[in-house]
Amino acid sequence: MVNIKRLNVDYDYDNPIYRSRDTDSGDVEVTKPFDILLVEDNPGDVRLVQEAFNETGLPHNLHVVINGVQAMDFLHREGRRYSEAPRPDLILLDLNMKEKDGREVLAEIKADRHLRSIPVVILTGSLHDRDVFKAYDLQANSYVVKPIDVDSFINTIKAIESYWFYTAKNFLH
Amino acid sequence: MTVGVETRVFDLLLVEDNPGDIRLIEEALKEGNIPHRLHKVRDGAEATEFLFRTGQHADAPRPDLVLLDLNLPKKDGREVLAEIKADRRLKLIPVVVLTTSEAQSDILKAYDLNANCYITKPVDLDEMIKVVLALEGFWLGIVKLPRLE
Repeated sequence: MVNIKRLNVDYDYDNPIYRSRDTDSGDVEVTKPFDILLVEDNPGDVRLVQEAFNETGLPHNLHVVINGVQAMDFLHREGRRYSEAPRPDLILLDLNMKEKDGREVLAEIKADRHLRSIPVVILTGSLHDRDVFKAYDLQANSYVVKPIDVDSFINTIKAIESYWFYTAKNFLH
Repeated sequence: MTVGVETRVFDLLLVEDNPGDIRLIEEALKEGNIPHRLHKVRDGAEATEFLFRTGQHADAPRPDLVLLDLNLPKKDGREVLAEIKADRRLKLIPVVVLTTSEAQSDILKAYDLNANCYITKPVDLDEMIKVVLALEGFWLGIVKLPRLE
């Protein structure tokens, strides 16, 4: 697993210059928080995700919405509630939710020219092949099954963070 | 142990023309200790043959994951990516772009073409090994991959 570099102590949250840069030492220096959108209706799972991100020290803002309708409102900056919503660097998306489920959200995101470049990681309890196939068919970037065990769950979220923010390159905007 | 991860042998397709990088990636993947078969093709045309099971690759297995360089001889990696994502079966296979460029325009283009992920190859050898190990750990260890025939 890639080592996560701790926050640069000189980081100025009020005047971020750029999101991240590779320093000469090979470490990645993060100078602007990453925005993550978590689409999840289970409060326990939300808490675990929050805990995982807080434990690693990566500067981040975790935005939580509890169903697909809120997710799309967030992404489209609809209404007073989401008019200032930032564009997420990563979306963690549950599949089975009331009021527009994850499959619909995924389809809408990937059909939207402005949103499709945001990586979407499906994070679901479902192991079913048909859900896996459907998600990849709709161009989910990756599909991750939520571990049942709490420690494994947290480690999985950390692994997702490590991979998508340190190993992979996202399109910056 | 992560729920949903199968303990079977993964078929990986590496589309890469640089012999040094091929060697490095192959060795790094072995270090990762996740059982896999690495299939290697050196240009975009051969990648197409492998994926569509034509020519010399008529009996090729379906890869579980594709590692794709962008700058390839005979057919550019972007074209290969577009072909994969236009095919109703192949589009399910995760494609990780693993290439030298870190230009925003290339990153955007790849994600626009529905690449699952974009990774810039580090120049440093040790960093490259770490990246390949991280890639393997994530895609073969954390992610649930679609199983295609």
